[in-house]
Amino acid sequence: MVVLKKIVFFAFLVGLWEIMFRLAIWNPVMFPSPFSVWETMVQGFRDGSFPVAIGVSMKRILVGYIISILIGIPLGILVGRVKLLDETVGSIILGLQTLPSICWLPLAILWFGLSEKSIIFIVIIGALFSIALATEAGVKNVPPLYLRAASTLGARGMALYIQIILPAALPSIITGMKLGWSFAWRSLMAGELLASGLGLGYVLMMGRDLADMSQVIAVMIIIALLGLLIDRLVFARLEQGIRRRWGLA
Amino acid sequence: MKVAITKVGKDFKQNGSDKIRALDEITLTIQEGDFACLLGPSGCGKSTLLNIIAGLDVPDQGTLTIDGQEITGAGPERGMVFQEAALFPWLTVRQNVEFGLKMAGIGKKERHEKALHYLQMVHLGRFTESYPHQLSGGMKQRVAIARALVMDPKILLMDEPFAALDAQTRSILHTELQEIWSKTGKTIIFVTHNVSEAVLLGNHIFVFSSRPGRIKKDFRLDFQGPRSEGDSRLLATQKQIMKVLREEIEKVAREELEQGAVPLTKTVLSSSRFGT
Repeated sequence: MVVLKKIVFFAFLVGLWEIMFRLAIWNPVMFPSPFSVWETMVQGFRDGSFPVAIGVSMKRILVGYIISILIGIPLGILVGRVKLLDETVGSIILGLQTLPSICWLPLAILWFGLSEKSIIFIVIIGALFSIALATEAGVKNVPPLYLRAASTLGARGMALYIQIILPAALPSIITGMKLGWSFAWRSLMAGELLASGLGLGYVLMMGRDLADMSQVIAVMIIIALLGLLIDRLVFARLEQGIRRRWGLA
Repeated sequence: MKVAITKVGKDFKQNGSDKIRALDEITLTIQEGDFACLLGPSGCGKSTLLNIIAGLDVPDQGTLTIDGQEITGAGPERGMVFQEAALFPWLTVRQNVEFGLKMAGIGKKERHEKALHYLQMVHLGRFTESYPHQLSGGMKQRVAIARALVMDPKILLMDEPFAALDAQTRSILHTELQEIWSKTGKTIIFVTHNVSEAVLLGNHIFVFSSRPGRIKKDFRLDFQGPRSEGDSRLLATQKQIMKVLREEIEKVAREELEQGAVPLTKTVLSSSRFGT
């Protein structure tokens, strides 16, 4: 039933788009029809340019995102547990989080040149702070009772972190990772639009340069669909699994 | 497994500089195999004392020894059951019970067997793979008891473990705890504000006064065999304890009224049921 409602809704949207196009309010170059976007999409997949672009972008985001998780979670745990770090590093993280990661691009290009590294750096910066902040919040909200109970059962030191603090903070960490993913995705696109070589952002920019709005819109749709797909396949499942286990759902 | 507490004192800070004397000159001895109850109105420091014995809190004065050994920090030889079950929600019932064994580096097979043994002792052998949220309050508290017992502690510390349960469940768990005590012969230190619970379970009852927390009087209830609620011998002791406590409860109620707090605290409510 839900699927049917969605199909009807999207058919309605595409229909509305087609009608707008037929009314010819705007120049067809500026406002392409759904059909021509579809054609571009098929063409892009057939000649391999879209799959290559998707592959390049996915590789960049995966590398950057995984690095940001590997740094962000330990950073968040440390800031959440060590008072000195909370009072010093904690405030910097909050400040950096508000800064759009694309602002780092000039520096990144200076440091790493116009290369993969620059874009991956932007992706890391984009996801890092929201993951660290959510981890920190999760760690700070671990009920003290869990820690007390664990210490009466002989847990101390690293075991306390791995067996209690990390799993207790996991729901919050997953939320942070989800947020981090969408930030990483945005940073990647911004980086690819401005910087360089292949990738979805580059194909989109090329569409602009060739005044091919069908291509621009086709790439926009691909970007949105990819984001949605990964959210559904990875994060929604992770969240659901945890909610079920903890008895929150 | 003799617990010796000598002149233990503890202050709590309130509103920055104001100090409240939570425990004052507490001296008591608990013999091996005793079921000791720490009984008193809320705010008398009985839970604080239990936390100090558990090693979760540090006294400001005095010494605590177990078999002559000074207590430094928490450890698995002192099992603790809290008022809330404090089970880890990301672990199954079995994994919760196995947690301490895992920390002690005990192998998987032995962990499994021990956990099952104690889960069966608390009648939860069929719920090993459930998650805590799937259990009722009473079942959770049973898991917590199994989790403490599986470590084979010298002493079992219980901080109002049944206070949040309904009367029916509480009564069942009283019976189970009595069975566990007679079966394992463990030393148990049990904190409660409920007089009838104390006389039903304990064989050595320490009655606390509040602000500062002191031991006002102790009662021994040494008679053999299973006890049941309403036993005339229990009621006699209960009356004596109530008499001692009455002044305390009234003092607390008066203070709370003066401070503008809600006068009907859980202490007043639950204790006045046993009034004479």
